[in-house]
Amino acid sequence: MLTISTELRAKILAHALADHPDEACGVIAGPVGSDRPERFIPMLNAERSPTFYRFDSLEQLRVWRQMDDRDEEPVVIYHSHTATEAYPSRTDVSYASEPGAHYVLVSTRVADRPEFRSFRIVDGAVTEEDVVVPPE
Amino acid sequence: MAIEVRIPTILRSYTGGAKSVEGSGSTLGELIADLDGRYDGLGERLVDDSGLRRFINVYLNDEDVRFIGGLSAPVTDGDTVTVLPAVAGGAALP
Repeated sequence: MLTISTELRAKILAHALADHPDEACGVIAGPVGSDRPERFIPMLNAERSPTFYRFDSLEQLRVWRQMDDRDEEPVVIYHSHTATEAYPSRTDVSYASEPGAHYVLVSTRVADRPEFRSFRIVDGAVTEEDVVVPPE
Repeated sequence: MAIEVRIPTILRSYTGGAKSVEGSGSTLGELIADLDGRYDGLGERLVDDSGLRRFINVYLNDEDVRFIGGLSAPVTDGDTVTVLPAVAGGAALP
């Protein structure tokens, strides 16, 4: 189960819509072990592609070091699909390298109806999970 | 000679859970071979027939080694090498 605030969910959706038709990507960091997404970190898609994303390697180093300094970890890793469903592709599964993270997929294939879903990807296995947005 | 190598979560099964290990060598390639000698299988996760694996980022201090010679980048005592699997994916194949 992913528990995420209205505000953070909205930020992910806004990023995905703004970058459409390129895939958008980013991280939400939270305190190590808390499973709480707290700090929104949109990342550059170094591929700038409508079908592939990759974090810029030096930006990734900077962000990972910063999380380490703050005792944080990547709680959510998100990206968008711009013409297909919000479900992890074979490519997404083969590159998933943070077994503790919630992988959020957004689809912007229909402009005014973005889809927002969350998954765990561990050892090549995908499990969808509920997204809970507590009332403010 | 001691070069600190920081290991990402998914590769810690090769190092008995250690987040940081030490190695020696005068180039990144030698350092990786040194580590592979002690942490069996780690080398193959970092290097393939054509050199450093494409979706593994290796940094020497603050630089991405792709831009400073890859496996032939010189390393020296006091350096820190950081390994981070690339965060990537998408609807299609890269």
